[in-house]
Amino acid sequence: MNRIVPLATLALGILAFATLLLVIAPAAQIRQLKATPGLQPYTAQEQRGRDIYVAQGCLYCHSQQPRAPEQAPDAQRGWGRAAVASDYVHDRPHQLGTMRTGPDLKNVGARLPSRDWHLTHLYQPRAIFDWSIMPAYRYLFEVKARAEPGDIVVALPDEFRPDTGVVVASEDALDLVAYLLALDRTMPAPDGAVRDHGYESREPSE
Amino acid sequence: MPLTVGLLLALSFAVSLLALAGLIWAINNRQLKIEQAHAYTIFAEGEAGEPDVDTPESPLEIDRNQYDVRRAGLDVVSRAPVLLLVGSGVFWLVLGSFFGLLASLKLHLPDLLTDQAFFTFGRARTVHLNLVAYGWLSMTGIAVAMWVTPRIFHTPLRFARLPVIGAVLWNIGVASGALAIANGWTDGEEWLEIPWQIDILLAVAGAFFVLPLLATAARREVDHIYVTGWYYLAALCWFPILFTIANIPYIHSGAQEATVNWWFAHNVLGLWLTPLGVGAAYYFIPKIIGKPIYSYSLSLLGFWGLALFYSQVGIHHLIGGPVPTWVVTLSIVHSVMMFIPVIAVAINQHVLVARNMWAVRESVPLRFVATGALMYTLASFQGSIEALRSVNSVTHFTHYTVGHAHLGAYGFVSLVMFGAIYYMLPRTTGRAWPWPRAIAWHFWLVIGGFAIYFVSLTIGGLLQGFAMLDATRPFADSVRVTIAYLEWRSIGGALMTAGHLLLGAHVVALLARGPAWTPDTGYNPEPAVSE
Repeated sequence: MNRIVPLATLALGILAFATLLLVIAPAAQIRQLKATPGLQPYTAQEQRGRDIYVAQGCLYCHSQQPRAPEQAPDAQRGWGRAAVASDYVHDRPHQLGTMRTGPDLKNVGARLPSRDWHLTHLYQPRAIFDWSIMPAYRYLFEVKARAEPGDIVVALPDEFRPDTGVVVASEDALDLVAYLLALDRTMPAPDGAVRDHGYESREPSE
Repeated sequence: MPLTVGLLLALSFAVSLLALAGLIWAINNRQLKIEQAHAYTIFAEGEAGEPDVDTPESPLEIDRNQYDVRRAGLDVVSRAPVLLLVGSGVFWLVLGSFFGLLASLKLHLPDLLTDQAFFTFGRARTVHLNLVAYGWLSMTGIAVAMWVTPRIFHTPLRFARLPVIGAVLWNIGVASGALAIANGWTDGEEWLEIPWQIDILLAVAGAFFVLPLLATAARREVDHIYVTGWYYLAALCWFPILFTIANIPYIHSGAQEATVNWWFAHNVLGLWLTPLGVGAAYYFIPKIIGKPIYSYSLSLLGFWGLALFYSQVGIHHLIGGPVPTWVVTLSIVHSVMMFIPVIAVAINQHVLVARNMWAVRESVPLRFVATGALMYTLASFQGSIEALRSVNSVTHFTHYTVGHAHLGAYGFVSLVMFGAIYYMLPRTTGRAWPWPRAIAWHFWLVIGGFAIYFVSLTIGGLLQGFAMLDATRPFADSVRVTIAYLEWRSIGGALMTAGHLLLGAHVVALLARGPAWTPDTGYNPEPAVSE
């Protein structure tokens, strides 16, 4: 270990090898997948809402990747079937997440399909769940003296209502809810779907 | 996937052949001949056996134990970049701590500061991570490398003005990255949030750090590259490439992007922060004790083991997820293999420390570094176990993982950096620390605070994980059981932040105090500066 060039070459070679295995080989396998049948691309509004989701950092408390029944009771919680790679072909950037301070959201649109529920919940989560530690997203809403035509007024219990006026959803809040409602990937997984089958006692036959 | 399996087989065959050829070359050229004598590279003539445990209380005392380093003026040449990088790093640490504390408070006080998007949890937490990872740890780690590299190579830092420019650019990059995230402009992947447009600036700034260090290594005045140098040289090759590749926009999406994400994110720890920390520990522990590490040849195993295994552990963040089974299993296997290099490093460093506990009692810098090195061992063991499928089902998606991440990035890397700062700054400025007792206060504040932090997140995380795995309990239970522990975490975090404020004030007081020494030098460092 007295020479720089061999040291650097080997170090870089090892990194290249790791890149091949962790980046290039999975890419070769995943990129050829078609979208899960029935999975729709996001509409312009849903994509705007997705960008809001990304910008607020929802990812840091909500995963979007239910686990298989062999591993965890995610399906019993209503979070949906085990996630497969082809469920995510439209996702840029991916929002799989590594934290569940809150529940998994991969199918939240199917589980909680009401726009008004989401608006109330985003404005003040504790208006719905007293145990919730989700931030209140008050900055996505406006308090107006009275609603104007076309305004969506947020329904709130008395204790969470502002002293005067009404709470109106901003464009951002409506886009975000449109995205949440679009999170419905309950269609069946295709045959030979790619996912981590490591918790099954046997690999599915290919 | 027959294509992939065939590809992998062919690949491993080719790699084995290459490795064999490399091994033959290395044996032929005596590259693998490592002698215990090489462990003495860090000492000057007559220096080995002389401990350096005192925290100098006056500039006169700093002269002791400086040997040729002092005479050669090595620390003078590296002074400007080291001070600028340390000062910036500590600034980001203090600011980042406040964002971390705010994020922690928000988890049990969810209605705190909810009127501005700037302070929402998802942004404050992310600003915290980016400030401490790219501001504090990276800049301080580079500062230590700038100071140690000339010392182990017995030659002045080359192009010493470049890192000063680099530090200015890097600071602009970190500041604008944090502002971007706080304002909702993010690339949206963990550890890669800073928008790629700003990443270009960081990559350019990085080159200003890498070039001087490589140039210094190339013109070293010792034949042997000391183990710290292996870690530094490798990290300097790895991180720029990792950072650049992972930040190229528009090429990845979906589940495939997740593998790129975690290949990068775990390598930030494994191939960047860890080598910076382990490399520094390999220098400071023997240097302060005055004796070489336990087994120099074992350090070879530790280093190459880290390179081989750590580089492939990233996908253990996607266990049970929508990525191929084989790549998950590959990462789990490598995570477990990490026991090998970690035990090698542990034997080398902890045995030396354990045989010289008197030095730990006397030297507070060593106390920081040795505790940090111990945390490296613990964090790595914990990480290997956490990657096991059965354990991961409980701990994944919970606060347990946050505790683990802080054991590595804080317990290990940050503590080593604290020790390095306390040791370096008097020697590079010629000024004694104004309040020596504040150093011990800092130590006990962050140790106490971090113990509370880690224990509460570990217990809270486990309870959260068990609640989530129990189908008979509502999801709400997995939130409720954590609240008390999240409150304790805030208390621990507040103590840590207090320690960081003390460090920040101390660094400012040191830099504001009296004139620095001018080198009483028999060796003229000028040519090195003007190069």
